[in-house]
Amino acid sequence: MSARATLATAQRVLRQLLRDRRTVGLIVVVPSLLLVILNFAFDSQPATFDRIAPTMVGLIPFITMFIVTSIAMLRERTSGTLERLMSMSVAKLDLMAGYAIAFGAAAAAEVVVAAVVVFGVLDTPADHSVIAIVAVGVLSAVLGMVMGLFVSAFATTEFQAVQFMPAFVLPQLLICGLFVDRSRMADWLEGIAWAMPLTYVYDALDRLTSPGSLGGLFWLDLGVIVGAALVSLSLGAVTLRRRTP
Amino acid sequence: MATGTDPGIPAVSVVDLRVIRGGTVVLPDLSLTVDRGEVVGLLGPSGSGKTTLMRSIVGVQQVDAGTLTVLGSPAGDHDVRARVGYVTQSASVYNDLTVIENLQYFGALHAAPSSEIDRAIDAVDLGEFAGRVVGSLSGGQRGRVSLAAALVGRPDLLVLDEPTVGLDPVLRRDLWATFRSLAGEGVTLIVSSHVMDEADECDSIILLRDGKMIARDTPQGLRDSTGAADLEDAFLRLIEREGDLT
Repeated sequence: MSARATLATAQRVLRQLLRDRRTVGLIVVVPSLLLVILNFAFDSQPATFDRIAPTMVGLIPFITMFIVTSIAMLRERTSGTLERLMSMSVAKLDLMAGYAIAFGAAAAAEVVVAAVVVFGVLDTPADHSVIAIVAVGVLSAVLGMVMGLFVSAFATTEFQAVQFMPAFVLPQLLICGLFVDRSRMADWLEGIAWAMPLTYVYDALDRLTSPGSLGGLFWLDLGVIVGAALVSLSLGAVTLRRRTP
Repeated sequence: MATGTDPGIPAVSVVDLRVIRGGTVVLPDLSLTVDRGEVVGLLGPSGSGKTTLMRSIVGVQQVDAGTLTVLGSPAGDHDVRARVGYVTQSASVYNDLTVIENLQYFGALHAAPSSEIDRAIDAVDLGEFAGRVVGSLSGGQRGRVSLAAALVGRPDLLVLDEPTVGLDPVLRRDLWATFRSLAGEGVTLIVSSHVMDEADECDSIILLRDGKMIARDTPQGLRDSTGAADLEDAFLRLIEREGDLT
C-alpha cells in the first residue's frame, strides 16, 4: 500500500469526474429532484413520505455509485489504461482505495444535498441524527461502488454495464423492505432478501428513521454492510488481473 | 549496484517461451536475449506474435511455459514492473484529462519528481499542448502522450508497440532520435514495427514469423547474409528461404 498512489488515484478520478460537469450535476441534483417529486406524489399521505424519504436519502447513492463505477471501470479496461496500470508496480488496493475516496466524496456531496432537501426544505422529521443518515448513505455508496467495480468485469460493452443496474440493483431494491414488509413476502423470497447486502442498508436506515433506541441490531447492520463491501472488494481485486490471456 | 543494473546481465532473457491465446499457439517455443542499452527492432507481419512477446516481457501476458528474466529478475516481479515502461499500440492515457494531468498521475505512481514531467513532455515535443485535454489531440499526439507517460518513470527498459504508426516522416525521425538518446543514457529499447525502413535505426533486429524467430542480426548483417540491397528485400528472401525449409 502506498498513500501517494492512493491519493494520486483519488485525485485523478475526481479530476475526471469534475471535468464532466453534466455528470456532476446529475449526481448532485437528480436524487433531490426525485425526492421532491415523491413529496408531491404523496401529497395526501405525508406520513408515508416521512417514512420512506429518509431511507431513500441513503439508498439512492448506492444506485448512483454502482452505475458510475461500473462504467468508469469498464472505460479503464477498454481504454488500455488498466493494462498500463497493471503493468506498473502500483498495488491493486491503492487503485481501489483511490476510487473509493473519489466516489465516496462524490456520494457525500450527493447525500448531503439530498439530506438538506429532505430534512431542511421539506421538513421531514428525523427520529435520530441526520448526520448518521448521511454517514450510512456514504457507506451505502461505497458498497454500491465496490459491487459496481466487481460486476464491471463481466461487461464488455457500456450497454451491458448499464443493464447490470436493473439486473443486480433493482431486485435488491424491490425486496429490501422499502416497498413491501419482508415478513409479508413469500418465504423463499424473504430468505433471499436476508442474503442481499442492500437489505441491511435499508434496515440500518429504517432504524435511524424510526422512534426508539437504535439497539445492537443497528450496529450489526453496519457490520454486515462493511463485511459485504470487503467481500465485494476482494472479489473486485480478483477481477483486476495483472496477467490476461 | 542493484540487481540488473550490471551491464553484464542481459536486459531481457527469454527461454523456451510458449504462449497460447484463445486456443491458438501464438509463440510455440521462443528463446532470445536482449543486451542492455540495445535498441532492438521487433519486426514481422501482423499476427506474427510481436505484441504477445512484448506483453510477456512486461508481465501482462499469461504465459504457458518458459522462463522470462527481465533486468535480472523474473518478468512481472514487483521491482521489475517499476523499471519497465510499456507503451501499447493504441494510446493508453486518459482522454478526459490534460497532457500535464496524465503525466502528473503516472509520475505520482512512479514517485517521480515533477522535473521528470517536464523532461518527458520535452522528449516527445508536446510542450505547446501540455494544457490541452488529450481527447482533443490528434492520434499521433495522443500516442506521444502515451509514450511520455512511460518516460516519466525513467524506465531502464522501454517496450514500445508500433510507436511510429500514423506519424509523418519528420515526427518519426524525431522520435527515433529520442529513442537513440535514451539508449545513449543506458535505456534498453524494444520497438516493434512493420515498417521495414525503420529497422535501419536499430542496433539489431528480431524478425518474427508465425511466432518463430527467423532472423536475429544487425541490419547490415542481414543485408550481407541475404545478399539483398535493402532490408525489405532481405526479409522477403529470408521468408522465402524459410518457406523452402518447411
